[in-house]
Amino acid sequence: MANTRKKLFLSAPLVIFVIGIYFLAAPLFKGTDPRKLDSALVGQRVPSFTLQDLYNHEKQYDAAIFKGQKMLLNVWATWCPTCYAEHHFLNELAEQGVYIIGMNYKDERSKAIKWLTDLQDPYQISLFDKNGMLGLDLGVYGAPETYLIDSKGIIRYRHVGDLNKNNWQDTVLPRFNEME
Amino acid sequence: MRLNLQPIYLTPLVVSLFFCFSSLAYSAIDTFEFDNVAQEQLFYDLSKQLRCPKCQNQNIADSNAQLAKDLRNKTYELVRQGKSEQQVIDYMVARFGNFVRYDPPMTPATIFLWIGPLIFILLAFYFLLSQIKTQKKQNDPLDEQESARLQKMLAKKVGSDKKRREENKQ
Repeated sequence: MANTRKKLFLSAPLVIFVIGIYFLAAPLFKGTDPRKLDSALVGQRVPSFTLQDLYNHEKQYDAAIFKGQKMLLNVWATWCPTCYAEHHFLNELAEQGVYIIGMNYKDERSKAIKWLTDLQDPYQISLFDKNGMLGLDLGVYGAPETYLIDSKGIIRYRHVGDLNKNNWQDTVLPRFNEME
Repeated sequence: MRLNLQPIYLTPLVVSLFFCFSSLAYSAIDTFEFDNVAQEQLFYDLSKQLRCPKCQNQNIADSNAQLAKDLRNKTYELVRQGKSEQQVIDYMVARFGNFVRYDPPMTPATIFLWIGPLIFILLAFYFLLSQIKTQKKQNDPLDEQESARLQKMLAKKVGSDKKRREENKQ
């Protein structure tokens, strides 16, 4: 009796060590990227804003455009190389009939228009966020970012980094299908 | 005697002064103007305790990332509007989550960080006390039967010693 207690007592440090190792190593094997943060706005409405259309500065939009159907909001810029890598896949998604709103983030209008003319425009609506006002309210910390927004205009998920076939199939599409 | 103040003698002084002030220099160089010292202090405090979400292990004062610059500007704007420290922090947390705080609040996810050390101390005390208890028991190596037998033997010995003494007297 006393012997087993002693054994238990002596093995405590080893047990604590193993548990500690598990907590440190688990994220490595799961492949969680500490640079990817969950959005603080998940479950909330898209913040209110007034932004110009990218092509036409006399046309203005507000948060009402995020209602009526589920959609993607893609934050991009011409200064962002990953956005370039992602653009082709966005074109594919648009051809599949996914409704995408683009937000050009802290960029130059002429460069952005040239980009969309040269590479094809996958966006139903293109917002022009020159000063990053909506970007700040959305908590954008690096382009590209893609938000999943349901038909009521509520943000359900944020994907940080480029969208590609793999992560679209594995993580984003299931969430997109889940939404109303 | 006249003090000879040729420029060459001033060089070490100038150099050392330069180093004195360079340590005060702000890491990322911006020029902000404030209405009063309290506001300025608040701004510096905030920019040190807000974490840059892009360049993860730097605060927004240290980072030169574009986002950190934007957040500094926003912080400045809010401070100039007369917002309190808590209001600015709440503003940032609403947009970027608790990640932007270097001083995380108590939430279900972080509760172990706060009470973990306490649990360890309590466990240590528990083990220490139980250890002392078992050691006390071990200091008394005889069980009940053995000690009864010992008492008997001692009583006998005392009895026989008395007898012997009485015999010696005679």
